[in-house]
Amino acid sequence: MRLAFASILLGLWAGSAPALELGVTWLHRVVPPPPTLSNLDPVPGDLGRAGAELGLRDNRTTGQFLGHGYALSAADVPAEGDILAVARDALAASPFLIVDAPAADLLAIADLPEAQGALLFNAAAPETALRSQDCRANLFHTLPSRAMLADALMQGLASKRWTDLALITGPRPGDQAWAAALKASAAKFRLRPRGEAVWDEAADMRRNAAQEVPLFTQELRDHDVLLVADEARDFARYIAYNTWLPRPVAGSAGMMPVAWSRVVEQWGAAQLQSRFEDMAGRPMQDRDYAAWAAFRALGEAVTRTGSADPATLRAYLLGGEFELAGFKGSPLSFRPWNGQLRQPIPLVTDTAVVATAPMEGFLHQGNELDTLGLDRPDSACTAFD
Amino acid sequence: MTRCLTALCLILGLPAFAGGEIWVTNEKDNTISVIDIDSLEVTRTIPTGERPRGITFSHDYSRVYICASDSDTVQVMDPQTGEILHDLPSGEDPEQFILHPDDRHLWIANEDDAVTTVVDVDSRTVVAQINVGIEPEGMAVNEAGSIVITTSETTNMAHWIDTATHGIIANTLVDSRPRHAEFVKDDTELWVSSEIGGTVTVFGTESKEERAKITFEIQGVHPDRIQPVGFEFTPDGRTAFVALGPANHVAVVNAETYEVEEYILTGRRVWHMAFSPDHSQLFTTNGVSGDVTVIDVASRKPLKSIKVGRFPWGAAMRPGAS
Repeated sequence: MRLAFASILLGLWAGSAPALELGVTWLHRVVPPPPTLSNLDPVPGDLGRAGAELGLRDNRTTGQFLGHGYALSAADVPAEGDILAVARDALAASPFLIVDAPAADLLAIADLPEAQGALLFNAAAPETALRSQDCRANLFHTLPSRAMLADALMQGLASKRWTDLALITGPRPGDQAWAAALKASAAKFRLRPRGEAVWDEAADMRRNAAQEVPLFTQELRDHDVLLVADEARDFARYIAYNTWLPRPVAGSAGMMPVAWSRVVEQWGAAQLQSRFEDMAGRPMQDRDYAAWAAFRALGEAVTRTGSADPATLRAYLLGGEFELAGFKGSPLSFRPWNGQLRQPIPLVTDTAVVATAPMEGFLHQGNELDTLGLDRPDSACTAFD
Repeated sequence: MTRCLTALCLILGLPAFAGGEIWVTNEKDNTISVIDIDSLEVTRTIPTGERPRGITFSHDYSRVYICASDSDTVQVMDPQTGEILHDLPSGEDPEQFILHPDDRHLWIANEDDAVTTVVDVDSRTVVAQINVGIEPEGMAVNEAGSIVITTSETTNMAHWIDTATHGIIANTLVDSRPRHAEFVKDDTELWVSSEIGGTVTVFGTESKEERAKITFEIQGVHPDRIQPVGFEFTPDGRTAFVALGPANHVAVVNAETYEVEEYILTGRRVWHMAFSPDHSQLFTTNGVSGDVTVIDVASRKPLKSIKVGRFPWGAAMRPGAS
């Protein structure tokens, strides 16, 4: 079927109405970012949406040769707004949603009667449970889970033989979830915990990092690497070079596992980066990448199947033939047990890629990318069976 | 006195040796490394514009064209002196190009712009720009000069362009991230490599339909690491050498049966390649290890690694002085 379709497409459809039209809604819950000590890195107002817009452009360029049209509408729901009402309206227009919203919203949308048979992409929620016991058959994930990020970091540390880890955790729920993922992953890769501390929010790090951090880290047992779990990147940036012991920092500062970063250049990534910057006027971030990958995955499935039917596209995305060229050096595909996009995870500093996980030597009987995050036996997801 | 000091040769503008040269563009060093085929050593390092990638010679080898991607230009260089003669208007981010058999028109893939630009190298003007898919890269022209192919990496297509009208006559889907294309067997076949798909697709030129798909398998190398990019054919058209990127091997493919006969170890992330003038040796650029592997074509064995600049990308042969 693929061959028949892929064989030949003569001429251009330019000017005439597309033979097939796929509309996607980017659905966004506006969550005000928590206050941070530094205002060096403001959260862009179009975070995520700009990625979906680039995905639209990329798909349209391809579609023009095939008679496939694409459209994107964006819906921002305020913090107190009724996201389910907006989702219902969006689903009435099109069964394809890219969602940038907290996990609770995501599940409520996925459970709407109107969403059954639809195809939703989670491009912002890192909760590992969404890929396990809380999974939904109509919900795919293009953002890596916290477990994937943590495994990538631990592989990087293990391959350096930096085995002894101390951990500082921030006070917010996301920090604690991130710390839990780091600890679980450290245990998985047999790295040793060497003490933990919880960050005291009262410190003003801009003035006092040199006084506060040595004292704070002096209590930790000797370690090779100091991990910091601070998802909002509030205090983590002040830890490095202020520690009691001269030790590298990783996690939310220093060496960080990310879905995407402006420092990723290899494997043609430089082209994606410059396309994005030309369009958005700023570097591409992880949620932009996740939204781009979601729309591109849909576009790739439309291109290969010649269909805009959600069931057909879902089956193609989960089948063995789908692969997305995601500028990370390996083809990306979806895990058929929980809908998570398999992807390499770069370990980056603010200025360079240090390494890209999966690291060499971390083997898997099927796909080495499945050494990151929930492999089939680890996932409690049954909705995809 | 067959040898002279490199600097002296450069100053005097003398051709160094008679056996010919391999010119390699170093993407992250903004230079060309010139390898002498007799000594298998780098004899010259020539500065270029920013991010040099595609490289090709005019038919009489009096000029060399270089895609200076980040300088948004195609540079025209005198290969004797290494001097830049002038720049050509190339459109934005020229990555790869093909010189038409008329020796006069360069067909350029503008990677960041989703455009193929046609430039007249004599009048130094843009003749046409053709909208193609995202990230055009691979360029091929048939011997007759009637059809040019542009492959687009993110759109995953080969665009068939009529050189007379500059119009697209067909678009054929290929596997993910097509990188390189060549017409072979007297224009009866078109080969297209797909880096992420891990395949080479063979099209019949007449039907524009897929005739075969070549896949690769190397023991001990994960299938995802096998990423076909550049390839070259022996003059008899019977054998293809296919660079497999981060698999760090070149595959030797029987072009009649489409079977892989052998894999040859190279440096890391092998990209593009060029033959010596007598086709007895093949030179591959290895992007990550920053070197060139010299392969003995008859025995299909690697002979030597030659250190060049950082991230070597394109390769082109310049025959020795007659």
